[in-house]
Amino acid sequence: MNGLEIENLVVRAGGKTVVNGLSLKVPAGEVHAIMGPNGTGKSSLSKAIAGHPEYAIESGSIFLCGERINGLKPEEISRKGLFLAFQYPVDIPGVSIANFIRACLSARLPEGEVLNVPEYYKKLYEKMDALKIDRRFTSRSVNEGFSGGEKKRCDILQMLMLEPKFAVLDETDSGLDIDALRIVSEGINSARGSGLGILLITHYERLLHYVKPDMVHVMSGGKIVKSGGAGLARELEERGYDWISVPGGR
Amino acid sequence: MDGGSDISAAVNLDRSAGDFKFAEDYAYDAGVGLNEGVVRYISGVKGEDPWILDFRLKALKIFESLKNPTHWASKKLDELDFSKIRYYLAKSDIKTRSWDEVPDDVKKTFERLGVPQQERAFLAGVEAQYDSESAYSNMKEHLAKDGVIFVDSTEGLKKYPEIFRRFFGKVVPIADNKYSALNSAVFSGGSFIYIPKGVKVKQPLQAYFRINAQNFGQFERTLIIADEGSEVLYMEGCTAPRFETETLHSAVVELVALKGAKIQYVTVQNWSDNVFNLVTKRGIAEEDAQIRWIDCNIGSGITMKYPGVLLKGRRARGEVISIALANKRQHQDTGAKMIHLADETTSNIVSKSVSVSDGRTSYRGLVYMPDTVRDCRNNTVCDALLINEASRNDTYPAISCSGENNSVQHEASVSKLDEEQIFYMRSRGIDEPSAVSLSVNGFINDLVKEFPLEYSVELRRLIELQMEGAVG
Repeated sequence: MNGLEIENLVVRAGGKTVVNGLSLKVPAGEVHAIMGPNGTGKSSLSKAIAGHPEYAIESGSIFLCGERINGLKPEEISRKGLFLAFQYPVDIPGVSIANFIRACLSARLPEGEVLNVPEYYKKLYEKMDALKIDRRFTSRSVNEGFSGGEKKRCDILQMLMLEPKFAVLDETDSGLDIDALRIVSEGINSARGSGLGILLITHYERLLHYVKPDMVHVMSGGKIVKSGGAGLARELEERGYDWISVPGGR
Repeated sequence: MDGGSDISAAVNLDRSAGDFKFAEDYAYDAGVGLNEGVVRYISGVKGEDPWILDFRLKALKIFESLKNPTHWASKKLDELDFSKIRYYLAKSDIKTRSWDEVPDDVKKTFERLGVPQQERAFLAGVEAQYDSESAYSNMKEHLAKDGVIFVDSTEGLKKYPEIFRRFFGKVVPIADNKYSALNSAVFSGGSFIYIPKGVKVKQPLQAYFRINAQNFGQFERTLIIADEGSEVLYMEGCTAPRFETETLHSAVVELVALKGAKIQYVTVQNWSDNVFNLVTKRGIAEEDAQIRWIDCNIGSGITMKYPGVLLKGRRARGEVISIALANKRQHQDTGAKMIHLADETTSNIVSKSVSVSDGRTSYRGLVYMPDTVRDCRNNTVCDALLINEASRNDTYPAISCSGENNSVQHEASVSKLDEEQIFYMRSRGIDEPSAVSLSVNGFINDLVKEFPLEYSVELRRLIELQMEGAVG
């Protein structure tokens, strides 16, 4: 299957089981949202998918476009086409955005090939303009001294530049004001048109007004406890999470 | 430069650069060990005036009387066996001026190091030290026309004693420490530079030092005098091939910035890791003069080096910008000394160090403001980054501040490599060693910018090389 497929995933981190038998299918071109209360394993799931060394996959499988990716290094998973937008993007002092994204793209080239720099900058400026990021940001250190919204936009900029096959967006809407939310959503929607599959991890329904999901999944106790259409998000917004019973509790 | 070209450039890096050796055949060889005969031999080969021989012999006595400072940075200094070191080797006493006259094997070495390319690209003059003597020296005509003198120590003392004798051995006295005494006894090579009043040398002057004979100590002596209102930037790069046994490099560098003059002295030190690098560097800044040491230490087994400025005239300014990187079994014991001897003098010290594997970095600083001066300022920032569990950093600041309205500010930080930052980069497709290298380059980026372009590129590459195998 194109897209992302997760089968019976069990993940341990910090001595605890954080994902507990989760299964999920997100076909290419679709947007699925994962919602759920805090501490339910949503961010752990995203880190496990991206290959974070501290999130050990105990059992189960993750397939990206039919290829098993669990057990691979984060950089290998990234190069195979997975992108993770961080809930808390990390500062890289002294490394400019332009140089960082360039390094990310260069890392994907076959040995001996060099990035076409003029084309790179052309594309970079184009995407920055679309995300309404000031062009002067190219020379600023990645995320250093950025506002919450600027960090999220910088992450989406990286996504648009790296052109992944599948993106996991972890709480990308948090810290965004309404204008920034609209801009970021437009960025996500533009990538969606090109067949990108997206797993949106979110706390609130409001992002889903801008990025319409094909499916909504509720996560609790490390697994999916309920799935439905876009209407499910509205129901959650109105009724909260308590009405969804969690087998085994948490 | 935009700072990122290093990433793609690193892919094609010649990893063996500097790590090779050609057979040598020396015309002059002072033999192994140190005694009065050796000192007389060196002075004789150079045809020196009696005052220089006297200076050398006096220095030898002082050297013999001083104890090895093993209490200071490392007991490893005890491993130095002065009786097994060669103190003087030279190909020939005739210095060649044009590239064509340089012997073929010497040329080959230079070509592998990329010196002629650099020279063609931007250098105003090259005083490349090949073991003891300068084998190749070439100065562009306009420098000579301006009255700039750029020669080696032998020629400087022989031809221009009226200029150089006044300050020679005055900024760094013979007895400053055991290794300054050693250098004073057996020095050879190095650069003697005089910039006349008001002359602002546009292009950097460069010397490329290298050691190529096993067990051979390199004792170059550099003296730069910038006359009133003049400006100069001097750069030295050091590299040594790998040897079976340990080698000593012990230089003395003296800078004199007269009223309103500016001297910048840039060093990229990349000796192989069995070199003891024990160097004394100091400058005197007169009224309104500025001295800036930009110092990067990547190589050597142990480096002990604390560039200093004696701020002698009003409003003089001293600066030390220092980068140290200690990898496996290396110890970079570096720092700065700022001695405020006049009113309204200012100094700035910025030191960043990175320790990899069981590498050790130490910062030693001295800021001195006696009660005879007023309105002086010092600002010191030293940041250390530790990459692995076994990495070590120590900071030893010594601050003595009295007098009216003087102020000293000292900030220090030690941080560990940020694992989440590394994961962030890896999740974008950058492999782990490259991510660590990028992180380290970012850490020192603001200081690397202070280096001239070519050096900052080389420096980033060297750091990338050092980071290989640092993780995983």
